[in-house]
Amino acid sequence: MKALIIISLLGVVAMMAEVLRFKKLLLPLIALGLMAALVTIVMDWNSDMRYFNDMVWFNNYALAFSGLVTLITLLWLFIGHDYFMAESNRAEHAALILFCLAGAMAMISFADLTMFFIGLEILSISLYALASSNKKELRSNEAGLKYFLMGSFATGFLLFGIALIYGACGSFNLVEIHTALSKGVSSPVFVKAGVLLIMVGLLFKVSAVPFHFWAPDVYEGAPTLVTTFMATVVKTAAFAAFYRLFSSCFLSFAEYWVPVVAVVSALSMLAGNILAVYQTSFKRMLAYSSIAHAGYLLMALVAMNEVSAGAILLYAAAYSLGSLGAFACLHAVSQQGNEQIAALNGLGRRQPVIGLFLSIIIFSLAGIPPVAGFFAKYYLFYGALMEGYTWLVLLAVLSSLIGVFYYFRVIYALFKEESEAESGNTGIHASNLVLLVLTALLSLGLGLFPAWIQGLIL
Amino acid sequence: MNSILNHVPIEYYLGLAAILFTIGVLGVLFRRNAIIIFMCIELMLNAVNLLLTAFSTLHGDAGGQVMVFFIMAVAAAEVAVGLAILVMIYNNVRTVDINVMNKLKW
Repeated sequence: MKALIIISLLGVVAMMAEVLRFKKLLLPLIALGLMAALVTIVMDWNSDMRYFNDMVWFNNYALAFSGLVTLITLLWLFIGHDYFMAESNRAEHAALILFCLAGAMAMISFADLTMFFIGLEILSISLYALASSNKKELRSNEAGLKYFLMGSFATGFLLFGIALIYGACGSFNLVEIHTALSKGVSSPVFVKAGVLLIMVGLLFKVSAVPFHFWAPDVYEGAPTLVTTFMATVVKTAAFAAFYRLFSSCFLSFAEYWVPVVAVVSALSMLAGNILAVYQTSFKRMLAYSSIAHAGYLLMALVAMNEVSAGAILLYAAAYSLGSLGAFACLHAVSQQGNEQIAALNGLGRRQPVIGLFLSIIIFSLAGIPPVAGFFAKYYLFYGALMEGYTWLVLLAVLSSLIGVFYYFRVIYALFKEESEAESGNTGIHASNLVLLVLTALLSLGLGLFPAWIQGLIL
Repeated sequence: MNSILNHVPIEYYLGLAAILFTIGVLGVLFRRNAIIIFMCIELMLNAVNLLLTAFSTLHGDAGGQVMVFFIMAVAAAEVAVGLAILVMIYNNVRTVDINVMNKLKW
């Protein structure tokens, strides 16, 4: 809770930066604030606190995910740094990012559907503005509009679902809904329809097939920094909320929604990976692969057993670190406006450091041992196998192989002999390089001690 | 307050809300003008508001009506951002037809 307060206040302070003329201090201030928030999260560990008349509930689950999103944002500042050096709207961008983070925390730690809705909207509304923040660029405009329309459309479904659940149970509180549902309600039709509608709304937000069509366009059109934020913080928060809601309330109706989630998960993995193969743009390839990663993460919701929460945390951490590293590289090489995979051609030969660390990142994303991504996948598959979803795990392994194929195209490009014409890239900015090295090392570290993160929460 | 539900049963409210919601969904899916799409999204949200108020009366619980206030506030914030995006697009391409928005394709 202290972390949430610190970050919200930090957002308000950041808005004043332009007026009170401390723009230069903005970046260190935000970094310090985020570190303070991390410290309070560590200090609150193992406390089980409920606030605001039972609307917010910070237990270890919420603390772990809040810590993860704060840490990712802190790392994000390394590439976000460029954003804060821009001449105009520096303070607004910073404030929007911080509000986004506050929304993410609110939706991770909700104990009441009202809080869940408010957190989701704080997150989404800030992102609509951020996605279209490149005002003159038509692609950014388009991304913002598409994201806005799809996002608020999904919110409509989510709210209708919440209203139906409220109608059946008479409360928005997770505990009371759980009690009402396990005692049996007079109108189970409302609950079934409500659960399905909430699920549609959430699947839109996590961009799972068949609700994914906005994701590649928005990811590609939005400024790369914002895309990075969307692919890491927003996805982590959405999955944390998804799992918290469905594991705490709707388990007694599991036989209605688990098969649907299983099918959506299988479709997302296959469609995401297969479509990613055809992409020539690095950014768009990462967008499609994020759909596939959403599919893998959904396996934890299918399994819903004691390893699931930890598996989501580990996978979200591994995937976020991997994405941060990959996007840092993309951001660095796309300064000339070229976001194709070909822009990386020969970069690994000229700059062995980049080649090595980007390869580690790609290994993690593709799920090759001994990097974090492999163990994250292992726990997800293991959880699903324990519940007897062998077909789903087989499909997941198959689609991971497709994933390896297109991820390796990036490594191939990195170490390719280059022709003289395309030796435009001389190197990447220092802060991007630092982030790349940092995320690669963290991914390796997670790969060495995966059980530690996985066992943090049960 | 329950006497209202004696005159008009809860199913009617549910039916009306479902119809309004469906009109909203169809509007979002088939209209091409971004402003009309905004209106249809508002229609969806207001259908939810109607449903929440009806359920709130049914349960004799104020929580549903409080939620309606939150939804109204959030919808207003959402439209503020949405219209700003739309004005920005209009300044760039001089139209609000979403068919123009096709720069991003694979």
